[in-house]
Amino acid sequence: MGMITNVTSFGRSGLSDWILQRATAVVMTVYTVFITVYLLTNPDMDYGQWLALNSHISMKVLNVLTVVSIAIHAWIGLWAVLTDYVTVRLLGPKATPLRIFFQLGMITINLVYLIWALDIVWGI
Amino acid sequence: MNKKRPVNLDIGTIQLPITSYVSILHRVSGVVLFAAIAVFLWVLDASLSSEESFNAIKECIGSTFFQLIIWASLAALAYHLVAGVRHLVMDFGVGETLEGGRLGAMIALIAAAVLIVLAGVWVWA
Repeated sequence: MGMITNVTSFGRSGLSDWILQRATAVVMTVYTVFITVYLLTNPDMDYGQWLALNSHISMKVLNVLTVVSIAIHAWIGLWAVLTDYVTVRLLGPKATPLRIFFQLGMITINLVYLIWALDIVWGI
Repeated sequence: MNKKRPVNLDIGTIQLPITSYVSILHRVSGVVLFAAIAVFLWVLDASLSSEESFNAIKECIGSTFFQLIIWASLAALAYHLVAGVRHLVMDFGVGETLEGGRLGAMIALIAAAVLIVLAGVWVWA
């Protein structure tokens, strides 16, 4: 069976990207809803309470799952956007090197974000 | 493969349905959020580093400039989340017809607008 692959895509196939995009979306939604409700119900939260929340092991796990999900989700989403719009058909022959430049830039920023985020949430 | 085959989808010249705008905005809000990650991480980092930086960042994001940035970021997040939930609902086979798709797009736009207004109330209240 022939399958078109691309070294800059995340999961090596459309199906795995499709599933990962949804699984990561669910994780990020759980985090967003939880943290929004928490902040709304604790308007006068001080540093000690905020630190205690984020030091709790279950919160640390949710934080790590969320930042890893953000990295995967952004990689897959931006790959789709770049391969749809930065194309030879829309922008001419310069599109291919331009798209590779943007894809590598996107991957680099994603990795910087991920390392920074892991350092914040796991280093507490 | 014939590389000169005609392309009949020129989105610059065709009238787009509401579902297209919901889809394009989903992509635009996603790109905006990629930049907003830097803001969220900066605030998170400062808020957890020390009591001094917690209080400093709290004061900093209370300025009008940062309130606008936070609200814009929350608006992109609210829209992107709602449009994403619409995708998940459709993955379960709900609203897949032409009319269902249009109705779902309308519901998503209204829900996102409500959340964006509420985010503004949260930031400024």
